[in-house]
Amino acid sequence: MFKMKLKQISVFLENRKGRLQKALEVLGNANVNIRTLSIADTSEFGILRMIVPDIDQVQSILEEHNFVVKVNDVIAVGVPDEPGGLEKILGILNRADINVEYLYAFAEKKVEQAIVVLRTENIDAGIKALTEGGASVLSSDEVYEL
Amino acid sequence: MIWNEEAECRAAEEKEELQLKRLQEVVKRAYENVSYYKKAFDEVGVSPEDIQALNDIEKLPFTSKTDLRDAYPFGMFAVSPDDIVEVHTTSGTTGKPTVSGYTQNDLDLWGEVMARSLTMAGGDRTDRIQNCYGYGLFTGGLGVHYGAQKIGATVIPISAGNTMRQVEIMQDFGSSILTCTPSYAMYLAEVLEEQGVGPDKLNLKAGVFGAEMWTEEMREEIEKRLKLSALNIYGLTEIIGPGVAQECYKKDGLHIFDDHFYPEIIDPESLKALPHGSKGELVLTTLTREGMPVIRFRTRDITTLRPGKCECGRTLVKMDRITGRSDDMLKIRGVIVFPSQIERALLKIEGLHPQYQIIVSRPHQLDELEVQVEASPVLFSDEVKHVEGVKRNIEEHIHDEIGLRVNVSLVEPQSLPRSEGKAVRVIDKRNL
Repeated sequence: MFKMKLKQISVFLENRKGRLQKALEVLGNANVNIRTLSIADTSEFGILRMIVPDIDQVQSILEEHNFVVKVNDVIAVGVPDEPGGLEKILGILNRADINVEYLYAFAEKKVEQAIVVLRTENIDAGIKALTEGGASVLSSDEVYEL
Repeated sequence: MIWNEEAECRAAEEKEELQLKRLQEVVKRAYENVSYYKKAFDEVGVSPEDIQALNDIEKLPFTSKTDLRDAYPFGMFAVSPDDIVEVHTTSGTTGKPTVSGYTQNDLDLWGEVMARSLTMAGGDRTDRIQNCYGYGLFTGGLGVHYGAQKIGATVIPISAGNTMRQVEIMQDFGSSILTCTPSYAMYLAEVLEEQGVGPDKLNLKAGVFGAEMWTEEMREEIEKRLKLSALNIYGLTEIIGPGVAQECYKKDGLHIFDDHFYPEIIDPESLKALPHGSKGELVLTTLTREGMPVIRFRTRDITTLRPGKCECGRTLVKMDRITGRSDDMLKIRGVIVFPSQIERALLKIEGLHPQYQIIVSRPHQLDELEVQVEASPVLFSDEVKHVEGVKRNIEEHIHDEIGLRVNVSLVEPQSLPRSEGKAVRVIDKRNL
C-alpha cells in the first residue's frame, strides 16, 4: 500500500506580486523538473502544490530560501484520456462515501492517459476504494518514470 | 459664552500667582497626606518649601501610571476614605485599573470644568445634551452629566451603545448637543443615513467628542454629515476625567483649565521640561484636587502648549490636538491595546514564531487592526481550509486577549522587518 502513495510538496505563498515566480526561480536554478503543479488561491494567500521527483532535495532548497513547505501524501490515478474518464474515478469515491479535498490532473501523451492527483482526507481509505473499484492507482515510481 | 469669565480670562501674571499659590498648597497636601509622595520627594531631596516659583515644579519627581496602579486601590488618597464620595477607575486593560477618588469638592470642581467645556461648545440651559459616553466606573458619562446639570441643560443620560435607541431619542427629544467618541459619532452618522434621517430632521448644533485620538479630516466629515460643530474635549481619569481641556469655536487647540490643571511639556527621552511651543509629552499636575492630588503625571500624550489670549477671549493655555503617544499604547476604537498583549496571544499558539506586525488603519472611519504573522511549518498545510482554520484560531486568541476583532494575515517567513533592538511592531496608518 505504501508504494501506492505519491508524495506532494506544498509551498505557502503570500498573495503578493512575484512570489510564485520567486519560488519557481529557486527551483529552476536548482534544476528541478516539476512533473505537475496546481495552485490553490484565496484572497489572502496561495498554496502551490507540486509533484517533483526528488522531494527531499526540493524541500531543503525551498526551506533554505525561507519558504514554508509541507510534504504530504496524495494519490495518483491513471485515467484514460477520453471523455468521462475522470467522472468514473469520482463515482468510485462517491460510492465509497469518500470526500475529495482537491484534485488536479495532467495529460501524458506518451501513454495516452491522464494522471489525476487526488487528495482525500484519509489517503489509505481512498487508495483502497479506488483499487477495489478497478481504478488504476499509480505508484510513485510509475509517475516519476512517465 | 464663557462660563466663568473671571477664571477663564485672567491676566497672565494674576493667573501665575494663583497657580503658584495652589501648587504650593497641593504639594504640601500631597507630601503630608500621601506616603507615596513623601517617599518620592524625600528620595530626590525636595520638600514643599522648595516650591518658590512655578518652574520649581521641575524639581519634583514624576508620577507614572504604574505608580498610580501600584497604589491600588486607595493608596493615593490624600483624605480619609470616608471623605471620598465617589470613585472611578480606568478600564484596567493592562492589569489592575487606576482608581480616582473624589471628595464633594472634587465633584464640584469636575462639574465646574465640565460646565466650562459645555459652555465653550455653545451649550446653555436651553440645550438637550444627549450623553452617549458610558456611565459607570468610566469617567466619561458622569463627568459630562455633572457639567450638563451645572449649566442647567437637560441631560439625556442614554450612555453608550444601543444605536437604534440613540437615533430614535435624538429625533424625538430634539437633542442639540451630542457627547461621545468621534468614531461613535461617525457610526451614528452612518446609521442615520441608512435610516434616511437627514440632518434637517435633527436639532444637533454641537458635538463634544473625545476619549480617543482623531483628526481634522474626521472633524470635517462629522460636521458635514451631522451638520453640527464638532469640538474636541480632553481629559483623563487619573487627573479628573473629561474636562481637562476643551476646544472653543475657533477650533484651534484645546483650552486647558490651567487654574486647576497645571500643564508642562517634557522631552519623553531626557525628561527635561521643554519651552512653550515645543512638541513633547504632556505632564499634568492637579492644583486643586483634594481626594487624590496628582503631581506631575506623565500622560504619554504628545502635544504642544501655546499660551496667549484667544480670539474667544480666554487666556487659558491652549494645547494642540493629541498627535501620538510617547509609549506604544494604541487606542483602537476607544479600547487600549498594547502590542505586548498581541504577542502574549501569539505565544499561546504552539509552533507559531512570534514575528508579527500590527497595522492600524481607519478605512471607513472605524479603526481596523490587522496582525501580520509569519507562517511556519506547523501552521501550514496543503489544504486551504486548514490554513484558514489556523488564521481564525489566531484571531480568536487575539480577541480573547484584547477584546477586539482583528484580521490576521499570514505572511511568508522572514518577510517582516527585523530591526536591531526594539522591533517596529506597529504601523499606524491613521495619521492621527
